[in-house]
Amino acid sequence: MARMKFICDAERCIECNGCVTACKAEHDVPWGVNRRRVVTLNDGVPGEKSISVACMHCSDAPCMAVCPVDCFYRTDEGVVLHDKDVCIGCGYCSYACPFGAPQFPTNGVFGLRGKMDKCTFCAGGPEANGSAAENEKYGRNRLAEGKLPACAEMCSTKALLGGDGDVVADIFRTRVLQRGKGSEVWGWGTAYGKPTQGTKS
Amino acid sequence: MSSRSTIAVALLALAVMGCGEKAQTAGAGKKADAKAWESSQAAYLASGWKGGDQAAWEAQMRSRAQGQNEYSRTVGAAPAVAPPKAP
Repeated sequence: MARMKFICDAERCIECNGCVTACKAEHDVPWGVNRRRVVTLNDGVPGEKSISVACMHCSDAPCMAVCPVDCFYRTDEGVVLHDKDVCIGCGYCSYACPFGAPQFPTNGVFGLRGKMDKCTFCAGGPEANGSAAENEKYGRNRLAEGKLPACAEMCSTKALLGGDGDVVADIFRTRVLQRGKGSEVWGWGTAYGKPTQGTKS
Repeated sequence: MSSRSTIAVALLALAVMGCGEKAQTAGAGKKADAKAWESSQAAYLASGWKGGDQAAWEAQMRSRAQGQNEYSRTVGAAPAVAPPKAP
């Protein structure tokens, strides 16, 4: 099996934040922690582009490289996970990650930084699959239930694809070949017409 | 120090202890994680699939991923889509 991967199609993302909401609800993520978020470039300008970002489960993950207590591990499917019982909340992974994936919940009355929290590709953590302990620390383990990440499955426009890298790459490739390029792409030209349409004769 | 103040200090210490974190074992190391294809709670398994078999899980992942492919879901609009690759 190939590695589990996310792909976000910037031509399709409509910045609805459905993926963010699905993740929050599925894992009961605390206030102030966002395992996934939507980033928009040129916001408000015609042709703006949005993309949903979370942990990309890197093949050569920098967070794993810099962790001083070696709390990270990679599953057989290429999902990068960590053990919260080992994490000391130092934040090195946050500095190393190019996607800003590691999140730190505020813990206690003095604003102490808690243990790191991040996208698990809905694969839980190092506890028994589906156990209460796993759910409390890492959220729901959908992969062990035969499901894919909630963010991708909930995406209304299917901009966000998640799953076996080979399969989602095939889906994306087929889509790109079908829709063409330029104003043929599902976006501004499709929604409001091509430049040649609607001109006065 | 009077006995009253000693008791007050002891009570204060007990109260502070109650605010402590959960017990932690230093140097325990990373725990081993169960495989994703091993069974989870049966009540939440995807319909039509049973846990415990790696090949079945991988097939389930591939077929589930096709749910994200609108070309395989819309009748008559499906272009020639390459079938999922064998593991």
